[in-house]
Amino acid sequence: MASLKPETSEQALEAVAWALAEETPLEVIGRGSKRALGRPVQAGNNIELSALSGITLYEPEELVLSARAGTPLAEIESALAAKNQMLAFEPADLGPLLGGAAGAGSIGGVLACNLAGPRRIKVGAARDHFLGAHAVSGRGEVFKIGGRVVKNVTGYDLCKLLAGSYGTLAAMTDVTVKVLPAPEKTRTVLFHGLDDAAAVKAMSRALQSSHEVSGAAHMPAALTGGSAVSYVAKAGGAVTAIRVEGPGPSVEHRAAALRRDLADVAESEELHSVNSAKLWTELRDVAAFVKDSSRVIWRISIPPAAGAEVVARIALGEDTRHFFDWGGGLIWLALPASDALAFEARHAAVRAALKDCGGHATLIRAPEDLRARVPVFQPQEEGLAALTARVKNSFDPRRILNPGRIYAGV
Amino acid sequence: MRMPEPDRAILARRAEIARALNAIVPGEGVIVEEDELRAYESDGLTAYRQLPMIAVLPETTDQVSAILKYCHENGVKLVPRGAGTSLSGGALPLADGVLLGMGKFKRILDVDFENRCAVVQPGVTNLGVTKAVEHAGFYYAPDPSSQIACTIGGNVAENSGGVHCLKYGLTANNVLGVEAVLIDGTVLRLGGKHLDAEAYDLLGLLTGSEGLLAVVTEVTVRLLRAPETARAILLGFPTSEQGGDCVAAIIGAGIVPGGMEMMDKPAIHAAEAFVNAGYPLDVEALLIVELDGPQVEVDLLVAQVTEIAAANGAVTSRASDSEAERQVFWAGRKAAFPAIGRISPDYYCMDGTIPRHKLPLVLRRMREMSETYGLRVANVFHAGDGNLHPLILYDANEPGELERAEEFGAEILKLCVEVGGVLTGEHGVGVEKRDLMETMFSDADLKQQQRVKCAFDPDSLLNPGKMFPVLHRCVELGRVHVHGGKVPFPDLPRF
Repeated sequence: MASLKPETSEQALEAVAWALAEETPLEVIGRGSKRALGRPVQAGNNIELSALSGITLYEPEELVLSARAGTPLAEIESALAAKNQMLAFEPADLGPLLGGAAGAGSIGGVLACNLAGPRRIKVGAARDHFLGAHAVSGRGEVFKIGGRVVKNVTGYDLCKLLAGSYGTLAAMTDVTVKVLPAPEKTRTVLFHGLDDAAAVKAMSRALQSSHEVSGAAHMPAALTGGSAVSYVAKAGGAVTAIRVEGPGPSVEHRAAALRRDLADVAESEELHSVNSAKLWTELRDVAAFVKDSSRVIWRISIPPAAGAEVVARIALGEDTRHFFDWGGGLIWLALPASDALAFEARHAAVRAALKDCGGHATLIRAPEDLRARVPVFQPQEEGLAALTARVKNSFDPRRILNPGRIYAGV
Repeated sequence: MRMPEPDRAILARRAEIARALNAIVPGEGVIVEEDELRAYESDGLTAYRQLPMIAVLPETTDQVSAILKYCHENGVKLVPRGAGTSLSGGALPLADGVLLGMGKFKRILDVDFENRCAVVQPGVTNLGVTKAVEHAGFYYAPDPSSQIACTIGGNVAENSGGVHCLKYGLTANNVLGVEAVLIDGTVLRLGGKHLDAEAYDLLGLLTGSEGLLAVVTEVTVRLLRAPETARAILLGFPTSEQGGDCVAAIIGAGIVPGGMEMMDKPAIHAAEAFVNAGYPLDVEALLIVELDGPQVEVDLLVAQVTEIAAANGAVTSRASDSEAERQVFWAGRKAAFPAIGRISPDYYCMDGTIPRHKLPLVLRRMREMSETYGLRVANVFHAGDGNLHPLILYDANEPGELERAEEFGAEILKLCVEVGGVLTGEHGVGVEKRDLMETMFSDADLKQQQRVKCAFDPDSLLNPGKMFPVLHRCVELGRVHVHGGKVPFPDLPRF
């Protein structure tokens, strides 16, 4: 197996053109931190884009940043932090969850997987901040999409297609993203002792308020003890966390208002900026499920009000762990390790739980042999599956780039 | 503007096609009389007119599906239309095409505050969504200036914006799901009340696809709680450079206003003459900065912005102290287009986006072009995101003026691209900017976009003649060109 590590866009093109001529698929890798995510790829060779690295344009006052696709996310985040800015969609660092190191991802990888953290509910996902790219298609052609301005409707928005395509359409060489000012202060209101249903209702009330909530998560009692935030760890029960961000007087006012508005729900207390940052990073990176690496992890996106009901419907016994983000709309689920037969039964239970409410469930972590046994991503209806395959054809008709990473045959 | 040559064989079958459509949509849902078709001959880009061959007004998704399937099987072109407010000719009919009017899809199907969304039919107006939820303190954020008339279906097609999109996003950021019909009649549901797509974000792709990929029959939109309060600040600057610097400084200070609009001198004068908003007439640039959110935050930011403006040379600075005063500040900006209509028989509204720091250069070059073309130009500008709306003043009754205005407009858009911007920030490509696409995209870029079109509509029956300057056949686009086969870059580091 050859591992190609292009240092220029021309070399990236050459690598894909060669694979096309050889009729040998390529596994597309940014910095490799999320290789265990998705279906196992059968590829003869690798193309790793980590040598295409570096910020090429950063204009804080224009709210744009361009970088080579393999640029470490950490490098981008520290450049932004120096100007009090951020990637507002709060990309998760799933490295540790997937058994790797922290801080090892690339900007291209974040966009290709459309990862977004707790702030998704307020500002959108990676897709909403992805402004433009240069890429090499599976046809062995270089193309450009989008632009470098924050408002653009010229032509099809192919950035949306590449976001979440898991490298199955094109190998990106350069990307441009929208950046935003970082909030001056953060406060988190913690409500204690709610069960899932009451927590989802409380989060829904907070999100329906005018307090501009930028995070709403709920950890059942089984998980709070493991938090590095002492207020959560010592809570001795379930914790529901509501975050507000902005100028100091504003967050103070809004946190107080939330506590007042939800005083009938439960006792509450407040975290200030440092502890808030720690807590939301834990939630973002699914820290609660990193340790026991034998557990199978699912990520489930559903209508927020259905959150508690979906978990109840999955009902896989006492050894199941879960927590909610996105006001109930995102469930992180950890199932105990099991043999293949039990694994398949649990997979069926997760899929069945979503049947009437809409949404999707993604198998985020499982041993490779198990990931090959069941659909990792939400199975598609016939019409959508056919269209998905045709879209794949339009970029990569010979199935050169990450074949089968999201769906068999795609 | 050249449109695809009408297909004589299709025109000859007009009566038969109308009968077939009537079998799908009975009664008065099929229009063939010329005087009735006249209502559909143009959209918001009124310089172009074309009678459609037939218009059909379905009422159900099944009917839309059957119409598309029939047209697909019979090689008949279709042009979807919402309220017909497109400023780029997106709904311009075709002589040999069926006009698919979605105006009867007017129902709000579900308002779901728990999940903070509403499910509506595509013919519901943009403002209609907000009207349906404002009693509970909610609203739908994108607010294109045509919001009284334009429909949600059209907003999805064009990825419409508005003055608040710097903070709240375009349509794409506020739509959670759609039901859409493909040209072969397949009905798809993309997204729903949950967030984000699995695998390819086809919902994101359809948003802004200008009716070339599918027909949307239902839309789930995100609802937001209305901000606690909003205040506007009116700022006047002696030069457009200072106005631009002020905008940069506000964003540089970490403030993202709900709206940030700029007007140049000709636009200020026209607006003030029309609505008496109290705008200063001796400034080169007027900035309206709106801050919304919790009262305590708004008051704080109003003070900060006022300070920043003073440091950047503002000679007028007034913050609204009441809702009525805020409305007055906005009245002039909101009436800018009709105000220009009062001082000129016709005007042509452009829509480019530029990196904001290029504003002084672009305004200067525009003034030079104005001299060259002998046509006046006024500018309104979504300053926060660099979206320019130059209004070119002309008189369609003067021979040659429309053509001059169009040439002038094209020059402006080319300039936008030249300085690192794009051809359209929110109005779409349509027919208007179709032939300029090659200034922004290479042949390879456009071919890749068209291949995506082929995945949805291989015979190019949905809204052909829009967006792409050259129509390639899908068979030709589908060919893979394999080069060489030599081992790539032998010096390459391997690991």
